[in-house]
Amino acid sequence: MLRYLYADQLHQHRDLARAMFQDRADQFKTRLGWEVSVDENGEERDQYDALNPLYVIWENAEGGHGGSMRFLPTTGPVMVNDIFGHLTGGAPICSPLIWECTRFCLSRDADSRVAAALMLGGGEIMTGFGIKHFAGVFDARMVRIYKAIGSSPEILGSEGEGRDRISVGLWEFTEEARNKVATRADIPLDLSRLWFTRAFGSTGQHRFAQTA
Amino acid sequence: MYRKADLSPILEELDATEGLDGLQAVSIGLRDALEIDHIVYHWVDSAGEQYGCGTYPADWIQRYIDKEYLRVDPVIVGCFQRFHPVDWKAVDWSGKAARVFLADALKNGVGNQGYSIPVRGPSGQFALFTANHNCSDEEWSEFKETYGHDLILIAHYFNRKALDFEENRSPQPVRALSPREVDALTFLALGYSRAQVAHSLSISEHTLRVYIESARFKLGALNTTHAIAKALSQGLIVM
Repeated sequence: MLRYLYADQLHQHRDLARAMFQDRADQFKTRLGWEVSVDENGEERDQYDALNPLYVIWENAEGGHGGSMRFLPTTGPVMVNDIFGHLTGGAPICSPLIWECTRFCLSRDADSRVAAALMLGGGEIMTGFGIKHFAGVFDARMVRIYKAIGSSPEILGSEGEGRDRISVGLWEFTEEARNKVATRADIPLDLSRLWFTRAFGSTGQHRFAQTA
Repeated sequence: MYRKADLSPILEELDATEGLDGLQAVSIGLRDALEIDHIVYHWVDSAGEQYGCGTYPADWIQRYIDKEYLRVDPVIVGCFQRFHPVDWKAVDWSGKAARVFLADALKNGVGNQGYSIPVRGPSGQFALFTANHNCSDEEWSEFKETYGHDLILIAHYFNRKALDFEENRSPQPVRALSPREVDALTFLALGYSRAQVAHSLSISEHTLRVYIESARFKLGALNTTHAIAKALSQGLIVM
């Protein structure tokens, strides 16, 4: 299932959180060789994890971490502006209607449905909270994965070559894209919505119209 | 879908505001324009200081302070440390203290529907901007559909203004537009379509929308037309 957890709620899911930070170490340090810091427990964290971000986490049937991503509003400190500002066309991205999505991570044994499920979670956030765009940082491998699940970002800028290539991109989410990722994820839209509303309160969450 | 009010005059008033009294006047104007019962802006900083303005009855505000409702108000509890907008229906009202608080609030003129937008400021500053009304779920849903995005933006503009008034605070850097944003707004001001602007700047329409979105937020505007008007009047773009 998809879980939506702010950092200050992770203590209610200790094993899941530990597995997420360890899988991030595995993906970003071990496999991609990024200069990220990994602590003595093998967990990767950066300064943005300290800002109480919102995580969207795929918890698999055994309670393990299948994949995850992290959101922060671009009105505060965000990676796309602080670290990759030179890739966004010279203008800091800053609006409460644009959130940053980073640390998109898949565990080694995650199947292709997990990436689609996470994108579906991103779509829930957009419609549920009135967010119009996501801005994100991702590696070369993710470009292929996003394409495969039918939710390609628009790339604003990139640096590095080959597998070391890092890009900043933008997502929008149309109803059509939403149906596509739901099918890819093999998750009924109603179920996805249920996970979302359960995470953020009982009933009555407003759905924003998906218009620009 | 009911008729949407033009909120730009209220935003102009907000821009021109030079003190906390002005914020009070703006919240009244906004409430009237939206035709709802209440608009409330509530600031809490890391030292626990609170400040508020808005249209709640004075008796209720005093009661809220006297009863120390800040500690039990589930909207505050549910929004603190968060950055997503919260409908009051999604708040946990199940505790006894919360239920007592709700009954008291309703008795004192607070509407049954609420939509609260948390705003994270610098150094642990936190504010909550709330639209409140007494109506059915269907009406409320329609209201949020119409004004949801505007309210999210206005919440941030209110907080930006309130921060400007804070004492001992280093002034915020001027929100200058980037060259790309200037180009985009200039072309739009000249009457180009979005497709033409995107083509002229060699970017996609999607990217253009993000530039406009950021520029609009910097300018404190609610829509593109309003953003262009403000950029022109401030001399940020020249035609």
